[in-house]
Amino acid sequence: MPAGPHQLDGHRIAARLGAALPGVVTRATQEWVEVAPERVQDALRWLRDSEEFDAAQLSNLTAVDRHTHFEVVYHLQSLDLNQQVVVKAIVADHEAPSLPSAYPVYKGALLQEREVYDLMGIRFADHPDMRRLFLWEGFPGHPLRKDFLGIGHGQTSGLQRFPNEDLANRDRMMNAGNLTSQDMPREAGGSMASGGH
Amino acid sequence: MTTVNEPYVLNIGPQHPSTHGVFRLRVVMDGEVIRDLDMIVGYLHRSMEKLAEERTYTQNIPFTDRADYLAAMSNNLGVCLAVERLAGVEVPERASYLRVIFAELQRIASHAMANGTLVSDAGAWQTPLLYMFREREKILDLFEMTCGARLTTNYMRIGGVAFDPPPEFWPALQELLDEMPARIDEYASLVVDSEIFLARTRNVGVISAADAINGSLVGPALRGSGVPWDLRKAEPYCVYDRMNFEVPVGRHGDVYDRFMVRLEETRQSVEIIKQAVAQIPDGPHKTDIPLALRPPPGEVYGRVEGPRGELGFYVVSDGTPAPYRFHIRAPSLINLSLLREMAVGVSLPDAVVALGSLDIVVGDIDR
Repeated sequence: MPAGPHQLDGHRIAARLGAALPGVVTRATQEWVEVAPERVQDALRWLRDSEEFDAAQLSNLTAVDRHTHFEVVYHLQSLDLNQQVVVKAIVADHEAPSLPSAYPVYKGALLQEREVYDLMGIRFADHPDMRRLFLWEGFPGHPLRKDFLGIGHGQTSGLQRFPNEDLANRDRMMNAGNLTSQDMPREAGGSMASGGH
Repeated sequence: MTTVNEPYVLNIGPQHPSTHGVFRLRVVMDGEVIRDLDMIVGYLHRSMEKLAEERTYTQNIPFTDRADYLAAMSNNLGVCLAVERLAGVEVPERASYLRVIFAELQRIASHAMANGTLVSDAGAWQTPLLYMFREREKILDLFEMTCGARLTTNYMRIGGVAFDPPPEFWPALQELLDEMPARIDEYASLVVDSEIFLARTRNVGVISAADAINGSLVGPALRGSGVPWDLRKAEPYCVYDRMNFEVPVGRHGDVYDRFMVRLEETRQSVEIIKQAVAQIPDGPHKTDIPLALRPPPGEVYGRVEGPRGELGFYVVSDGTPAPYRFHIRAPSLINLSLLREMAVGVSLPDAVVALGSLDIVVGDIDR
């Protein structure tokens, strides 16, 4: 899949991280390395301090709701070596998710973790200021969760199909001169002017 | 009788000139010195990331105009590059050059706004701001000529740009490029030699390089602290690898350095646009993509160097026409990570200038 131009291979990170901190790595793909959620601080601190990876900056922290669990994604950046490391932590508890905070390692996590808590409802332990960021304190629920609008398990929110896909393709072909309006079937209902009876 | 110093709680905003938008600071004061600071944001939250999950990739481009409304072109570019990498869409060469030209014009316009309001925060009421707005106005006219809009441009498309600029665009651009260097000197002469401006900005709001990196600062806020990090050099996108330009950095990490970094970047942007105009080839400005673009399942973190720094789009696709997750890494929000540390212990007017030098856009913070 499309990795960034300077993104490191997850297998390589997993090999080095796993050797230094046994039991931390749970899975690795070409793009990212997955770490045990309770040891995420150790893993981030090791990556930050390691000479080989030098992940000095937390450039992005966000979360993805996968219906049964959450994925928290950390994009780490080495400014000196110009390379990117992607770390993920799986939060298995979908009802009351929580994860150790990255703030003791990266101060840049302060507002990003508050945003994730506000919109996804993942609590970060050891965070100095775990409050909502955008929404008011009494707001019901966490809107970026997939079940926020009451969509049942097994269903997905989001478009399965572009609503006017056929209509739009037809208009485009007409504009390109391939079709004329005579070729098009009459639409049921007619125009507003004739539909008033 | 004894005197007790009770802390005084001061609300700045949500409607206040120095907060640059609907942004509220709750400050605990001891006399003129700040003892604690809390920022309250969200007045402009429009839940773009949730809305994006119900719309196609192309339908999401106009939302990004309204995120950072002072840098719509950069936002358009960021989301298009991310989705193009996810879906494997090729971009014609002419479109890449047009993207560079418009992104750099946007940077000049945005830095004019940032520096103008910063000078305004420092007490030079409206004069320098209006001088800088004069050229910003001409840039917005160029945008209007090309895509019909001045701020919410919605100009970039997945696979290219929406329109080729009209014939009258090129002479107008050339005229602007010819006069820009003298205009930038004029801004500098208005402000930089002013003793009051130096007193208000030198050694104020100092951020060390180590703090800036650890606090996830990006853009001029990071470069002002002396870290030469620019994504146009580090991960060249579009045709930036063919452009010859420098990355200005500061030395002390104070408000003055951040101001000067923006001013120098404006000069570099003019140079980049000149080179792009000289090199731009003829050809199509857009590749045709399916109306319901379905990128293969996967994820991408695409980023560009916007006027405020690293502007990232983390997009997860599940193979349907709408993204499964659409996260905007907003530089304005994350640059505020160190605001409390910067403000505690300094006087209120200095904190206002320090906030101004971080160049926040509330639409980008709240999304």
